[in-house]
This record gives sequence, structure tokens and C-alpha cells, in this order.
Amino acid sequence: MARSSIRFLTLLVAAFMTLTSAASAQTVPAEGEPRAETGGAQTLEDILRRQENQKLDDSFRSDNIGNPDAAAPATGQLGTLGGVSDAEFWRAYRYNELDELGTVKASAKGPSGDTSVTQVVIQDTGMTWLKFRRGPLKEYGGYLLLGTIAILAVFFLFRGRIMIDGGKSGKTITRFKGIERFAHWTLAGSFVLLAITGLVQLFGRFFIIPLIGHEAFAPVAIGGKWIHNNVSWAFMLGLVMVTVMWVKHNIPNKLDLKWFAVGGGLFSKGVHPPAKKFNAGQKIIFWGVIFLGVSISVSGLSLLFPFELPMFAATFAHMNDLGLPQLFGMEALPTDLAPHTEMQLSQTWHAIVGFLFMALIIGHIYIGSIGMEGAFDAMGSGQVDEQWAKEHHGLWYEEVTGKPAYKDAHPAE
Amino acid sequence: MKAMFIAFVGIFVIAVAADQVLHRAGFAIDEVTSAPSVRLD
Repeated sequence: MARSSIRFLTLLVAAFMTLTSAASAQTVPAEGEPRAETGGAQTLEDILRRQENQKLDDSFRSDNIGNPDAAAPATGQLGTLGGVSDAEFWRAYRYNELDELGTVKASAKGPSGDTSVTQVVIQDTGMTWLKFRRGPLKEYGGYLLLGTIAILAVFFLFRGRIMIDGGKSGKTITRFKGIERFAHWTLAGSFVLLAITGLVQLFGRFFIIPLIGHEAFAPVAIGGKWIHNNVSWAFMLGLVMVTVMWVKHNIPNKLDLKWFAVGGGLFSKGVHPPAKKFNAGQKIIFWGVIFLGVSISVSGLSLLFPFELPMFAATFAHMNDLGLPQLFGMEALPTDLAPHTEMQLSQTWHAIVGFLFMALIIGHIYIGSIGMEGAFDAMGSGQVDEQWAKEHHGLWYEEVTGKPAYKDAHPAE
Repeated sequence: MKAMFIAFVGIFVIAVAADQVLHRAGFAIDEVTSAPSVRLD
């Protein structure tokens, strides 16, 4: 008993001596200097600045990595540590100030953020990702969606609903077959679910928790995550189906220029540019859905199978080879990324594409529902009024029925 | 509107099937991201 007490006291004294000598080795700011009250460590103000996403000069920490040049002799107290305490060693590790032998570099502080093992153990890029997610992504993403809705509301106020100028004929023709509508609604239904649950994951902390509390939000977030992860497969199936069925109808041609020249007839009554199955506006939606859909699917798969499908290092290498960053006056993009950095980039890209996709689809939903008389029927029942078909897809109407859509000279000629 | 409702049912069926398949294939996130020493149930 007595022996173990003595051993404990010895350890205590050794620990105390270690702490005091380590503290004495560190440069303590004099009274009146920054962080004097914490002996050089971070202050409450530093923590608050970081939480507020304000710029913080953390050199007080990154530069505090010991001094091998002023190390005590190997025979002295702590001399074998080479003038670097454990805390200083780990700070050096975090800020990439260790050389290949694992000792603190004697040279000045170099750039941090390489992809060595340091970036796996201490993830500095995690803060960059978190700040971006809580800051610009949330802010500008929200503005984009609200701005799109506002523009459509203003458009509706001025233009009103685009009506069938010739009035309904009462006769209908088949616009989309059952399989086409199935594919469209598989894609559309899954997209709406993914968009809502994605927004809940991103904005829930800021807008839903204050309303319903943490306890009620937890099952919402978990359920939303289940939906987001599993409904994604239906989205990808729908994407493949619409691509296969509609790609040949969406190849750009010279008719699209005529459509653009009159703004698609969206801004003035009685203007109906000629169009086949899909007009230029619909082609923009189609190709937007394909490109954004593929990009969001690939980044989504990368997130769905964490660390299994890294994609950014290879993408960046291709971009560097093409000289894209240099074209915009940027340095070459990093091609040796740590696994967590890959995941952070995937999440960030997934969300950016998601916002662009949502803005595009909000416009699509508007024109396919309240924005245009008769448009919803095309995907609802699949049957559209003949007069609607003549006005919006005259050339397609002629192909399908063999009857003329235009009274006068053929507008496509 | 029948195609729309069939598609919505299809989304639900695909989601449940995907969940089951991924679980049985050992791709559940809790299994993938935890060590064998972690008790999940």
C-alpha cells in the first residue's frame, strides 16, 4: 500500500515538473498583449469569431510549434524532446510543419493543406467545408430558389396564364404514351422527394429545429435521410428512361433559333414559333436535367458509398490537363486529395448542382401547370387538345395527324 | 393520371427494395462506418 502511494506521488511530482517546464518553455504574452489573459492560448473571442465565420488569424496557434534551435541539451530536462513539447508537436503535425523524419521543420511555416497523412488525422479542410455549407451554400442557394420563385411570380403577374389562343377544339391527340408518362413521373416524383429531403438536411438546423425542437426534428431528419438515400435509385431509373426515350427528339436544330428569336412566344400573345415534339425551351430543360441529373447522381453515389467512389482527384486531373483552371487565371487544382476531402467536395458539389436543378425544375413545374393552359394534360392524361398542339408543337401535330397545322405558308420553310 | 400514380407506387417499391438489398449486401451505413467491436442492435 505504502509502496503504491509512493509510486503515485512520484508520478504526480514528475507530471507537475513536466507541465511547469513545458509552460516555461512557451512564450507567454506580456500583460496588454493579445491573449495575455489565456497565456497565449485561444480566447473566447477567437472561438466566437470562428463560430461567426469571421476571418481569424490563427498564427498564434500554427506558429506555436516549439523551437528545435533553442532545445535544451539532451542531458537537460526534456532535452530529448528536442525543444518541442507534445502539444507543440501535434500543432506542427496539424499545420504540416513536420519534415519527412517526423520532426518539426526548422524552416519557416510552409503552406498547409497537403494530402499527407496529416490531413487524415487532423482535418483542416473540414472547417472549410463546414463554413461553406453553413455560409455561402445556404445563403446563395436560398436566394437562388427564392429569386426563381419571385421572377416567376412577376412573370405571372404581367403575362398571366398563357392561354390557347384559338380556344379549345374539343378534340384531343396522344402527346405522351403511358411508358413515357411513367418515366417522367418516376423522375419527377423522386426528384421532388429528393429536393424536399435534401433541403431539410441542409436547412433543418436553422429553420425547422427552432420551430419544432430537436426531439421532433430527429425523426424527421432520420426519415428524410432514409428517403433521400433510397429514393435516389428511382430517380436514376427515371433519368435513364427519359434519356433513352427522348434524346433523339432533343437534338438541337435550326428551328430552335426561330423559337429563340421570338422568345418562344412566351412574352406576347398570338406568337407561336414552329416546333416538333419538343421546342427549344423544352430542350434546354431536357439537357439541363440530363447533365445536372448525371452529375448529381454520380456525386450522390460517391456519398452513398463513402470513400468507395472518390471522383474529384481524377476530375481535377482531367481539368488540369485541359488547362481549364489556367484559363481562368487559377493555379492547377489539387489532384492528390485526402479521403475526407473527397467526401467534402462530393457533398458540396452535390448541393450546388441540387440548387441549380431545383431552380430549373421550379421553372418547368410553373410552365407545365399554372403557367400554360392545357400543358398539364400532356403528362396528366397524355391527351392534349388539338388546338394546343397546333399552337405549341405545330410540326409535331402535322407529323402525327398528317393534317396541316398552319393556315398560311409553312412557318418552318 | 394512372401512369403518374403507378410511378409514385414504383418509387416507393424501389426505395424499399433498395434499402433491403443494400442492407443484405452489407452496405448499411452503420455497418460500413463502424468497427466490429461496435454493437449496432
